[in-house]
Amino acid sequence: GLFLWQLKNTGIRQIPCQFGHLCRVANDRLITFQYFNFLKRMYVTQYNRDLSQRAKPKSDSVASPFRDLQQLDQEKKVMYKIRPISPVPQPLSETSSRIELKEMKSAAETEDSVTPVRAESKEDRQWKEMKLRLDDLPGILARLSKIKLTALVVSTASAGFAMAPVPFDLTCFLLASLGTGLASCAANSINQFFEVPFDSNMNRTKNRPLVRGQISPLLAVCFAASCGVPGIALLTLGVNPLTGALGAFNIFLYTCCYTPMKRMSIANTWVGAVVGAIPPVMGWTAATGSLDAGALLLGGILYSWQFPHFNALSWGLREDYSRGGYCMMSVTHPGLCRRVALRHCLALIGLSTVAPVLDITTWTFPIISLPINLYISYLGFRFYRDADRSSSRKLFFCSLWHLPMLLLVMFSCKKSFLEKEDKGDVLGGNHGRAMEIRLP
Amino acid sequence: MAAARALRGGGCCCRRRLLFSSSSSSSAGGGPTAERGERQESAGLGFSPPAHSRNDWIGPPDKHSNLRPVIFYVPPEESPLERRLREARQEAQACDQHFWARHNCTFRQEKEEFIYSRLKAKGLEMRDETGQKATLNAEEMADFYKDFLSKNFRKHMQYNRDWYKRNFTVTFLMGQVALARALRWLRWKKKNIGN
Repeated sequence: GLFLWQLKNTGIRQIPCQFGHLCRVANDRLITFQYFNFLKRMYVTQYNRDLSQRAKPKSDSVASPFRDLQQLDQEKKVMYKIRPISPVPQPLSETSSRIELKEMKSAAETEDSVTPVRAESKEDRQWKEMKLRLDDLPGILARLSKIKLTALVVSTASAGFAMAPVPFDLTCFLLASLGTGLASCAANSINQFFEVPFDSNMNRTKNRPLVRGQISPLLAVCFAASCGVPGIALLTLGVNPLTGALGAFNIFLYTCCYTPMKRMSIANTWVGAVVGAIPPVMGWTAATGSLDAGALLLGGILYSWQFPHFNALSWGLREDYSRGGYCMMSVTHPGLCRRVALRHCLALIGLSTVAPVLDITTWTFPIISLPINLYISYLGFRFYRDADRSSSRKLFFCSLWHLPMLLLVMFSCKKSFLEKEDKGDVLGGNHGRAMEIRLP
Repeated sequence: MAAARALRGGGCCCRRRLLFSSSSSSSAGGGPTAERGERQESAGLGFSPPAHSRNDWIGPPDKHSNLRPVIFYVPPEESPLERRLREARQEAQACDQHFWARHNCTFRQEKEEFIYSRLKAKGLEMRDETGQKATLNAEEMADFYKDFLSKNFRKHMQYNRDWYKRNFTVTFLMGQVALARALRWLRWKKKNIGN
């Protein structure tokens, strides 16, 4: 999984080289395909059970009176059927087997989620000594810091860095990525520290380290501090104070505003969207040292993207949210939930059109991105009209590939730095300023 | 009416559970000297940690609260600070267990009642021809989820405040205990080096 991420980042790093542009784009698209399937596998195994409200592992504590048990028996039968076809869980083979078994798609996905759950559930029923083993620690900390989400956040920050109209500085890029990653780890750890009993009661989150007692709350807080402090220090001193301030603000927004607000008001979704929008802004400010229109546009694109993504996901989690006491639009204001998702799908089209106006990309960007933006808007409209599980799932999975594809297209349509220098605009000043900040 | 009573019968398990959690918390508080060097609360949880183990043990998620119970180890040379920490953790565990067990039972009960009333309104039985319990789809259940969330909003607000307070207290005590242990170890090391 991480290997795929590295591939993607390598793709983005080759910015200044103008030659082999097409080859690189094609290469990146292949990586995007693998990346999407990696994400799909991750999201499917994590979220599948939640998107289908009734699929629960047999070993689960609640003695469900409904058809769950029979359904699981069916799933068990299907599991044995599929096994010979997809023996080894590898990204590509898994994908091809899924495409072949389209009608058994949901069953295949359930198999992925049921098998590890069955193995896990046997372990789960046992009492465990609360003793921290050093070999387990990296895995535990990875789950505590939500390492996959952190990787996503770092890649959006990298996208912000890549889109900035300045010559590419590798050291700055690496420092900014590392700082953002550490800040994200800290924020995610504190979020889990705050939510232990709530996480225990939701299917999606009940296997987190603090819930399972694999790590003590004190250790979780120490880990968060040991990631957050160096992360912000790195951003402030190694990159620039503006990026550091944004990073610190984002940690505060996520842990002290979004996390408690989840249980108080539906406004948490808007706050959460801002949290998601800040990393690309940080990437941009890391490169240029200033908060200009381009940064805000990129932030705006990420902000708008959060809504179809999260609203569609939350549609299938209504039972867990209701029981857990989470105030989400999908539970309290379902009409608003769907309206907002559609609204922001359409906003993405608008924002993509603004990009060339601000000289960030060429005019090919809104044209090339129109098909994918129209497609997600279409799915958003279907979700708005049908308001059912299948339309919400389609919208959610679309959002998973839509974002990386949009960022990739944006990057490939980036306005050439040399072109802009010829035009002799303000960029010269920015360039000088950026260089100044980067010198030790 | 009979059906409603049958639905309420499911609540009995919740009441028994609550009794258990309240008795366990009282046993945790009382009898300070008797519990030294012994395990508490293993009765009723169906598990006893091995005698040689000097760590806490965490169990599978509880049927009603989905929380994992912890059996705390009481070291023979437990300091007052460590004792305060252990008792704070026990109290927190009992409060959380009590809240979530009751809340989840209420949810399950009200959900069944809702399904029953909706099916009745549609003119259907609780069980269809094959003997399967009939269900409503997610869209029909949405009204219930919205209603349940708004009814319990105040309860959750209160619980959130208490949970944050307890969490900070326990973590802070953990920090103090860790610091005290570290200082003790340093002093012991210094003494050994001196000898």
